[in-house]
Amino acid sequence: MKIIVPVKRVIDYNVKPRVKADGTGVDLANVKMSMNPFDEIAVEEAIRLKEKGVANEIVVVSVGPAKAQETLRTALAMGADRAILVQTDDEVEPLAVAKILKAIDDEEQSGLVILGKQAIDDDSNQTGQMLAALLGRPQGTFASEVTIDGNSVMVKREVDGGLETVKLTLPAIITTDLRLNEPRYASLPNIMKAKSKPLANKTPADYGVETAPRLKTLQVSEPPVRSAGIKVADVDALVAKLKELGVA
Amino acid sequence: MSKTLVWVEHDNASIKDATLSAVSAASQLGEVHLLVAGSDCAAVADAAAGIAGVGKVHLADDAAYANALVENVAPLIVSLMDSHDAFVAPATSNGKNIAPRVAALLDVAQVSEILSVEGPKTFTRPTYAGNAIAVVESSDAKLVVTVRGTAFAKAEATGGSASIEAITSTGDAGLSSFVSAEIAKSERPELTAAKIIVSGGRALRDGDTFEAMIFPLADKLGAAVGASRAAVDAGYVPNDYQVGQTGKIVAPEVYVAIGISGAIQHLAGMKDSKTIVAINKDEDAPIFQIADIGLIADLFNAVPELTGKL
Ligand SMILES: Cc1cc2nc3c(=O)[nH]c(=O)nc-3n(C[C@H](O)[C@H](O)[C@H](O)COP(=O)(O)OP(=O)(O)OC[C@H]3O[C@@H](n4cnc5c(N)ncnc54)[C@H](O)[C@@H]3O)c2cc1C
Repeated sequence: MKIIVPVKRVIDYNVKPRVKADGTGVDLANVKMSMNPFDEIAVEEAIRLKEKGVANEIVVVSVGPAKAQETLRTALAMGADRAILVQTDDEVEPLAVAKILKAIDDEEQSGLVILGKQAIDDDSNQTGQMLAALLGRPQGTFASEVTIDGNSVMVKREVDGGLETVKLTLPAIITTDLRLNEPRYASLPNIMKAKSKPLANKTPADYGVETAPRLKTLQVSEPPVRSAGIKVADVDALVAKLKELGVA
Repeated sequence: MSKTLVWVEHDNASIKDATLSAVSAASQLGEVHLLVAGSDCAAVADAAAGIAGVGKVHLADDAAYANALVENVAPLIVSLMDSHDAFVAPATSNGKNIAPRVAALLDVAQVSEILSVEGPKTFTRPTYAGNAIAVVESSDAKLVVTVRGTAFAKAEATGGSASIEAITSTGDAGLSSFVSAEIAKSERPELTAAKIIVSGGRALRDGDTFEAMIFPLADKLGAAVGASRAAVDAGYVPNDYQVGQTGKIVAPEVYVAIGISGAIQHLAGMKDSKTIVAINKDEDAPIFQIADIGLIADLFNAVPELTGKL
């Protein structure tokens, strides 16, 4: 079985985002960028399925700027087999990303596509579900455990009330939640080896996908700031404050 | 007048509160219709018809909808979208699962987790863990929107008298089946509906210690219990306790953060709380930058003392 794993280059999760003074977006100049953490979990899961002998090839895909190559190389160093960069400097919305991924899947014929549940920049939480819709496949979102079982896959999902298990026919789409696995670090020899793994350069036009945004961003601003309040000296003072609030 | 279809979240017996916030948001877009899809769920449809301001309830009662399997529910929603201009779902785990599938089937870009309705097609929504609020305008013919529950008042659950119309099931898509659920039952209030929340972090050491420290305090205050990702990852409490960017979004009257550092991903889930109380032994912990009331102390002394004195 072939597994496709889309990966996105995003602001590193340790960086506090700052909105640009002109209100057009978040300032990403000279900011550390990394692979979206949920996508790392997706790459790791694919590698584990390959190690178990369930999958035989892992193709990683990124839709983004030339620098997204670095993200793809990271995935290759973790253990993916080859990469496709669909290069564009435009911001591509989840629907257009899903259309590109569908076109790639039409060529590649995957058994599973494993995606992060959301990217920590736009926080959309859409691409996996949209891809599943376009491909007419079942979707196991927010996965915390994935077990291949013949022609189907059992997915334990993190839901509001706890956990839920669904059984999906293959091929299927999976999106990862935080507890699915702990991604490995690439070793130095693997980072070297990744440099010679195949990386194909494509554009959205190669897949016939129009990436013009459907949502127009009119303005971006910082949320109202909360300022620090008071410090209380001891538990008695805290009890007094809670009483003032009427909660004790 | 434009018509909006709201997906009703329920367990085949009662309606989940998040639906009521979605109804409030939808009512700002036009006439509100509801979809109750479930199995043996007539009681839910009756309750839905009673929500104030609702024009009509569409009821699809079929075993295929018993567990909100998205592969079955999404085509049903699409079948109703010829006669509606917008689809709205609460930004719950189910809503987030369903809405994008509907959006793609309609070839529409979804607007996720709206905070406000600014115009017929204009919304605000959080990005970058709530550190950047975007005003976005849709150019699509139809809208697909999910609604952040904490950002909208709940519609009145009673007072309405909408008609209920049974609709044809689109059946089982044959792609998925429900196997089991591990849904925790708790006597405590639900996290997203609670007035007071007591949350614990990595500092709580293990599940037993978390329970011994956090639960008695929560019970004294009549509070719900939450946690940081670190506490959930370490297995102190189940995943549904996680508050944050990628967990639950809460905005209670009082949020008490104990042994939580205040990473941006955690703040994203609780910084709209009315009053934030933090107990942490590190005076430089970022949580103190947003806490209204801070106590610098070792939680293993302070929390039992606090519980005892309340
Ligand atoms: C993709 C992604 C998504 C994430 N989503 C979320 C999310 O939704 N929610 C979330 O919470 N996190 C999330 N995180 C994780 C987040 O970055 C932090 O790692 C996490 O919130 C830290 O949890 P913590 O505050 O409990 O632990 P720590 O940061 O380790 O803080 C522990 C705190 O306890 C204090 N402490 C220790 N001992 C004591 C004591 N005896 N008495 C008093 N205080 C003490 C310390 O001073 C410290 O401040 C996410 C991260 C990523 C990468």
